[in-house]
Amino acid sequence: MTFKPDPQTFASSIKEVSFGPEGAAVTFGGSNVLPFYAFDAPIAHKPLVGIEISDKGPDRELPALAAFYDGANTLSEIAARACTAPGADFLSLKLEGADPNGDNMPSDEAAALAKEVADASVLPLLVQGVDNVDKDAELLPKVAEALQGKNAILMSAKEENYKGIAVAAVTAYGQKIGAESAVDINLAKQLNVLIAQMGIQQGNYVMHLGNSAAGYGFEYLASTIERVKIAALSQNDDALQPPAVTPVAGDAWSVKESLVSEADFPEWGPREQRGIEMEISTAAACLASGSDAVILRHPSSVETIAKLIAELV
Amino acid sequence: MALKGIDIFKLTPKTNCKECGQPTCMAFGMKVAQGTAQIEQCPHMSEEALAKLGEATAPPMKSFKIGPADAELSLGGETVLFRHDKTFVSKTLFAVSADAAGTDAAIEAIKSVDYERIGERMSVEIVNLEYTGDSAAYTEAAKKAAASGKTVILSVSDEAAAKDALSAIKDSKPVLNGANPSNIAAFAALAKEFGVAIGVTADDIDTLYDAVQALEKEGLKDIIIDVGAASVKSAFANAVQIRRAAIKSGDHSFGYPSIVNIAKLAPGDASMQTALASLFILKYGSIVIMEGMSYAQALPLFGLRQNIFTDPQKPMTVETGIYPLNGATEDSICAVTVDFALTYFIVSGEIERSGVPVNLIIPDAGGYSVLTAWSAGKFSAGSIAAFIKESDIESKVKNRNLLIPGKVAVLKGELEENLPGWKIIVSPGEATSLVKFLKELQA
Repeated sequence: MTFKPDPQTFASSIKEVSFGPEGAAVTFGGSNVLPFYAFDAPIAHKPLVGIEISDKGPDRELPALAAFYDGANTLSEIAARACTAPGADFLSLKLEGADPNGDNMPSDEAAALAKEVADASVLPLLVQGVDNVDKDAELLPKVAEALQGKNAILMSAKEENYKGIAVAAVTAYGQKIGAESAVDINLAKQLNVLIAQMGIQQGNYVMHLGNSAAGYGFEYLASTIERVKIAALSQNDDALQPPAVTPVAGDAWSVKESLVSEADFPEWGPREQRGIEMEISTAAACLASGSDAVILRHPSSVETIAKLIAELV
Repeated sequence: MALKGIDIFKLTPKTNCKECGQPTCMAFGMKVAQGTAQIEQCPHMSEEALAKLGEATAPPMKSFKIGPADAELSLGGETVLFRHDKTFVSKTLFAVSADAAGTDAAIEAIKSVDYERIGERMSVEIVNLEYTGDSAAYTEAAKKAAASGKTVILSVSDEAAAKDALSAIKDSKPVLNGANPSNIAAFAALAKEFGVAIGVTADDIDTLYDAVQALEKEGLKDIIIDVGAASVKSAFANAVQIRRAAIKSGDHSFGYPSIVNIAKLAPGDASMQTALASLFILKYGSIVIMEGMSYAQALPLFGLRQNIFTDPQKPMTVETGIYPLNGATEDSICAVTVDFALTYFIVSGEIERSGVPVNLIIPDAGGYSVLTAWSAGKFSAGSIAAFIKESDIESKVKNRNLLIPGKVAVLKGELEENLPGWKIIVSPGEATSLVKFLKELQA
């Protein structure tokens, strides 16, 4: 008896989304097979890797990260340097300074910073919110205005604030948005339905299905992404078909494993390597579950995950 | 394929003798189909019927154990492809690879990363020994590896060397990983002679399929399929297609656990090995062989494995008690939250990030999140106060300020009544606001 393979292809596929300015845009999504199942059918577009920077600059206490950004002092220089990281497909800006629980920088100022970054970047840009629905509702429309013509993705349109963000970003300024829900297939679907009801067409939004680091309830995230993909493909559920972007960096670098000092935990070794491996493990697991793009902070993590993707696609 | 009750009924004697404990043969057939009765409970089944049923009711993936009697490891037995359908039962096992000369160093390195996380011991389970051409040295290395108490994989396709090593350590139930299409008969004989599990590989998935069937014909049951190291792409394709054939298509010849040799897929690149190990934890690696396992790799990988191989029905919990964070002393402020592991990790992580010394008190809350535990009556003013009294916290900590989760602010009044002398402080509703809140509280 010989082995009879049973390829699992689907009639439906994940929607394609392109972002970035003309001539420098990237496209992702579009696949009609489970993640990396290239043996079932060719994969339309490889998953993307984003490199994350913050308006507060890199953590220069980490030696390799400090060396990578050495000499890059202004936000523009940092953005330009990040774009040189091998394997990076897009740049992700976190406007940390605008967080009302932190420095609470005015939205106009933060939007101006986003413009600076976009002008300095040769890669497509994604902007992450500050994780505060009121501030994001004010900030993201201003960012959308400042980034006219950049065709950027603005993350963190949530159920509480998606209307204003969607209208300003997509309808008025031609940007893309990320629909963010809290690790639940039904919430994700509901938000996508609401966004579609506003007349926002497929191809103009991506999903942010939540985040978590390896070891920290990651099974919820893995199963949610997996279930979303299976429903999108096998049930042709177009409310679950936008590509999924998972910002891994924030969680991966804020768990104990990546935070405690080597002085406190000598056997654990240098903090930087712990953070890198946490980013890599979490990102690889997200991609295996079905994320179409991941966002990482350390250039070493970006390089390794880009290599993993290249090997598999 | 699963049989329906009516199919099983057709194989019974149809005499309604009731000796099986069921009123009729039909009822018995239904019970067997549901899995609530065993076919053996009918004393009158013919041999032929039993064989037919055995074939049809066999689980899609074999399960068996490897390793020394006091530290046996389980492999296989999966019934689903996705963990949201049902729990994955046999967690991915980690092996560290060494040749004969590197055995001592590998054993030492494995021992140096060994810790506990949420009630589970985190340590590499297996030593993989690669044969490099010196049979005597290989047997000595096998003895050392077996003496370490870890399970041993003998990765050797030389028959004589395999036999020597097996003779030396057969009692510790190693895996003989070296069968391939050119040595099937000889290696099948070795596995039978020494009673060990056999690992088999081949250049492509079709030859691999034939090789597994050849081992089955020799009567071997404990088979492990090495997905090969030609490329990352082919190893992943094989791992997925083999498991999918077993579970989805019911192809028993691929219903065996897998070995993925990541050490060979990404030699010298530890970070790439972390990435690959994570991939194969999610997608069907039963044993993952790595070049090494540093703390930096172990912390995410063991955590990821613990997450993926959890029973969705049983929440992960942390031990109840008092956890002094950031060097908290008896004069530091107290905080209370539930014993659900995820909540504990998020809350303790934020407290650690704030740098403020806090005595974090964890009572038994049934392993639920804050609101769920509260609505189930497992995280109430009464239960918190009782825990503080029973575990004698009042004599261990002098500070009388107690932070409670913002989501159960309603407990404040009742807690103040139940805990005279304590000041109850309501924290923010979300853990992400804790850092700012604690810093301001301390100021």
